[in-house]
Amino acid sequence: MNKTLLKSVREYKKQSFLTPFFVILEVFMEVLIPLEMAKIIDVGIANGNLNYIIQRGIILVAMAMLALFFGVTAGNMAAVAAAGYSKNLRHDIFYKIQQFSFKNIDHFSTSGLVTRMTTDITNVQMAYMMSIRLLARAPIMIILSWVMTLVLNKTVAMLFLIVIPLLGGTLIFIAKKAHPHFIKVFDEYDVLNNSVQENVNASRVVKAFVREDYEIDKFHIISKYVYSLFTKAEKIVAWNSPVMQFTMYVVILVIVAIGGNSIVTGTMQTGELTSIIVYSLQILMSLMMVTFVFVMIMIAEASTDRIAEVLNEEPEMQDSDDAVKDVANGEIIFDHVNFSYAGKDGTLSLKDVCLHIQSGQTIGIIGGTGSAKSTLVQLIPRLYDVTGGAVKVGGVDVRNYNLEALRDQVSMVLQKNVLFSGTIYENIRWGNESATDEEVQNVCKLAQADGFVQEFPNGYNTQIVQGGNNVSGGQKQRLCIARALLKKPKILILDDSTSAVDTKTDALIRKAFREEIPDTTKIIIAQRVSSIEDADQIIVLDDGKITGIGTSKELLKTNEIYREVYESQVKGGAENE
Amino acid sequence: MSNEKKTKKPSRLSKNTLKTAKRLLKYVTETYKLRFVLVFVCILISSVASISVSLSLKYMLDDFIIPLIGQESPDFTRFYQALAVLGCVFLMGVLSTFIYTRMMVYIGQGVLKRVRDDMFEHMQTLPIRYFDQNTNGSIMSLYTNDTDTLRQMISQSIPQALMSFFTIIVTFIAMLVLSPLLTLLAVAVIGILILVTKAIGGNSGKYFVRQQVALADVTGFVEERMNGQRVVKVFNHERKSEEEFDALNEALFESAANANKYANIMGPVIGNIGNLQFVLTAVLGGTLSVMGVGGITLGVMASYLQFTKSFTQPFMQVAQQFNSIVMALAGAERIFALIDETPEADEGTVTLVNATKDDNGILHECKERTGIWAWKQTASDGTASYTELTGDVRFKDVTFGYNPDKIILKDISLFAKPGQKLAFVGSTGAGKTTITNLINRFYDIQNGEIRYDGIDITKIKKDDLRRSLGIVLQDTHLFTGTIKDNIRYGNLDATDEQIYNAAKLAHADQFINMLPHGYDTLLSGDGEELSQGQRQLISIARAAVADPPVLILDEATSSIDTRTESIVQKGMDNLMKGRTVFVIAHRLSTIRNSNAIIVLDHGQIIERGDHEDLIAQKGTYYQLYTGKLELS
Repeated sequence: MNKTLLKSVREYKKQSFLTPFFVILEVFMEVLIPLEMAKIIDVGIANGNLNYIIQRGIILVAMAMLALFFGVTAGNMAAVAAAGYSKNLRHDIFYKIQQFSFKNIDHFSTSGLVTRMTTDITNVQMAYMMSIRLLARAPIMIILSWVMTLVLNKTVAMLFLIVIPLLGGTLIFIAKKAHPHFIKVFDEYDVLNNSVQENVNASRVVKAFVREDYEIDKFHIISKYVYSLFTKAEKIVAWNSPVMQFTMYVVILVIVAIGGNSIVTGTMQTGELTSIIVYSLQILMSLMMVTFVFVMIMIAEASTDRIAEVLNEEPEMQDSDDAVKDVANGEIIFDHVNFSYAGKDGTLSLKDVCLHIQSGQTIGIIGGTGSAKSTLVQLIPRLYDVTGGAVKVGGVDVRNYNLEALRDQVSMVLQKNVLFSGTIYENIRWGNESATDEEVQNVCKLAQADGFVQEFPNGYNTQIVQGGNNVSGGQKQRLCIARALLKKPKILILDDSTSAVDTKTDALIRKAFREEIPDTTKIIIAQRVSSIEDADQIIVLDDGKITGIGTSKELLKTNEIYREVYESQVKGGAENE
Repeated sequence: MSNEKKTKKPSRLSKNTLKTAKRLLKYVTETYKLRFVLVFVCILISSVASISVSLSLKYMLDDFIIPLIGQESPDFTRFYQALAVLGCVFLMGVLSTFIYTRMMVYIGQGVLKRVRDDMFEHMQTLPIRYFDQNTNGSIMSLYTNDTDTLRQMISQSIPQALMSFFTIIVTFIAMLVLSPLLTLLAVAVIGILILVTKAIGGNSGKYFVRQQVALADVTGFVEERMNGQRVVKVFNHERKSEEEFDALNEALFESAANANKYANIMGPVIGNIGNLQFVLTAVLGGTLSVMGVGGITLGVMASYLQFTKSFTQPFMQVAQQFNSIVMALAGAERIFALIDETPEADEGTVTLVNATKDDNGILHECKERTGIWAWKQTASDGTASYTELTGDVRFKDVTFGYNPDKIILKDISLFAKPGQKLAFVGSTGAGKTTITNLINRFYDIQNGEIRYDGIDITKIKKDDLRRSLGIVLQDTHLFTGTIKDNIRYGNLDATDEQIYNAAKLAHADQFINMLPHGYDTLLSGDGEELSQGQRQLISIARAAVADPPVLILDEATSSIDTRTESIVQKGMDNLMKGRTVFVIAHRLSTIRNSNAIIVLDHGQIIERGDHEDLIAQKGTYYQLYTGKLELS
């Protein structure tokens, strides 16, 4: 198994090592017990010696008790070790993801991360448990049983020297042959699940366009393909049992033939013959087990790789020890900033951006779809690192700040925002856990959310469902703004955060900003001119470049893009006055 | 929207379990009757063959070997003959195993395919309400976790259990034949075994069910947090998330460790009960045979003990399958719950057809698209009458709530005349989207009536009703596939030319052409690689290519900048000239040129009229429209 992953065993090392130990002891007992049994049959029963039977019986019971103890202990420990290991893995992945920057997060899809933490880890857990239980058991069992057969009958033991590699090889050959088919199956399985997921998510679209039958046809094609791949893969694996049985029966026939002769010539006891058969079956079963574990590990390999991919991902942003912990004020400077999502050689989303925003100013940003408005503001709380130039907050390069300190002071309401399951109180308190109820209500008043929250039957204790779909888009946006306000940040960024809020409420929110948090630098991205018209500075972005900075009045004179937008939205309204 | 989440926790084993098992078996037997019988027979043969190993040994020894002992020149012919017979039995066994394992592949996968297909087909018939009430995660888990456990059970547990069952019976009969007296002991042991299996298996089953619940919790949490990971970062909420995660993770560990503990100790416990039974049998049988009671000879004892050894093994196997059977049945129960979910009701009989109008203005049905549509009503005597689709939509005293006890719309009456552009304005939660949800019957009204070209919409077949309405929804959803495929979703027969035109009309053409692969750019994960605005443009193009008689735009341009929006709007106005359009928008500039604007507040219409009328009224609309000026 993968080295990166094995680091996560940690406190369960003890159980992980003790399990094979107890398993080996159990195997010893299991090998010895048939020997005792043979003695009871051959000596005790054959001679009608009741005392002997009782004597041996007691020993056998004692051995059974020991075997039980070893077996139960090993089983318990294996369960704890494997469950503990998978717990640690989940823990490590989750903690690792918490260290990820936005760029790291972009690397992985949400569903990919979820699969890693569930299905993949379950696979690893199973493989791990199998490994520590069976990988010790099977080889030892094979060796011990083989030694026993060697003691009982050399010819049969020699026979196994041929049979073991032959059968083992065949079983592994089957597994190897099936493996690529299973990989294909799992890939196609993802496609199938993805198609279901899309249909569940977009059920309204499917129904609105009356595409149910179309989707069903699409699904049939995939499901049929999965069926054919799966049957193909399983058909190969289905060779296992008959091959195994065939070998077993041949071995038994040979043993009985040899044994029959030996018994007649007097070199073997009947009891010994049955013992040899028992040991032979144990050898073959163990071989089967080995290949079984082999297959498990092979299946888990894809999973381990995917998990290791996350664990090995280097968190892009790490705090240095001398990181600045205090943000002096809400001043923001962009110094010849270039930015590309793809890194140094990628196409630039922002080109040579220079800006100076004074602490406490209100800044509006406007620009067409794809003009890099969101990209620009994401650099301020250092969600991404600049590709060239520097962004400074409070006079200090954002890269020199302690990330937590910086983000505590730069509060951002993302465009694609989410609420979490929990009460409204709990959701708003994301901004500040120790906030009192009054403080929460206060920021909700500022964000014009208090009104509708009070109207809910349970008020602030209303449960938000996963995805926040039990509040409307506009309500969600206002709750998100309230959440950001609770941080009492020095800089507040709203990335198109009032698009679903009506103009009147929007205006009230801005009024509250102006009156209640005058010292906070406010950056507002909006499509509506009215949302930014009264800003101290308006930045007009086009294709990653600043084409104009100034007040609305100034820009109306100097900036054509702004004028066009303004006129399309405002002039019409003015005419009707 | 009232999305009451019902987190579907894995249901515990209930009385229904037996019903579920029966139904599942019916699935198997219905689809593959003959093959299943064949599998049954093959498993029987196969288990007989495997039992014959220990069964035949006694006869081999007693009848063919022991008599030869001490003979000068022993004749092994008969022994070899017997061996050959045994070989034939074995061969039959191997063949049977080969046949049934192979058959089971087809049966298992075939049943799974049917289950999946049935689920998906049925899911498509379910009303929107179902999707509101169940989280995506819980629906998904039916297709993944529950189907996977089902696969395990069908392809592994069922044959294994059958095999073990036969083995137990055959062994038991053999033991009974050898010594009815000793078999009493075996019966006692079986009793104990069943009790022990039940106790351990019960515990383990309990924890496995708990493990599934804990796993679902972890999955749910991770899913939610991963989706909101960017928010977590912005709020420095990493530590808190970790704490919450640790608690859930610990719970999962507890149940997983316990479940596996019980499952793991099952083997050693049963195995060693078998060992104890062996000793007891040996002592008891030895005593009896020494005393000469019950007709037990030493030879009988020897072979009886052989059976005793192999007797507990099948129990072990059944016990091991126990957990996967419990989990699979719980999963099957959830799957059947979906399949039993009541589909969207549709009593409508009126259909939508393409039509031509002759000189007298009489409508005739035709196949090809003419730009004229007609509602076809078939009377009970089979004669069809046609009504032209004009896009006249009227609400009369409509009352509706997502929950009957929470009314969203109260006594709404409104009308859209053919060719009108009708806009809904109102604060969030006023009921604008709800109204459009009622026109296409995503939800059915509680009171009142909605008429479409004079026909009650409940009389119209749902598919045809929806086909007559193009919708661009507030939440855009795109599908995996190329951009071209996504636009074509609106009209599957659209030519490439039509797609390009629709994209141009939606002003999406420009950015699509900038993409490296243009219209063949592959989208995945709901088009994550595009910006929200770009996705909206594509979904508008998708509706445009459908070229519907009536169009509903629900915040269709909310993330598009106003310059682009006005271009898109002009295009859509051209397309929909003379057809009815419903618009919902926050930006009032978008709806200024509507024929009628309806202002909603708390589910009631408070104002209606065109822009000029409403401005003149100086009511709420006026407030909204001029609000920004007043407040600045």
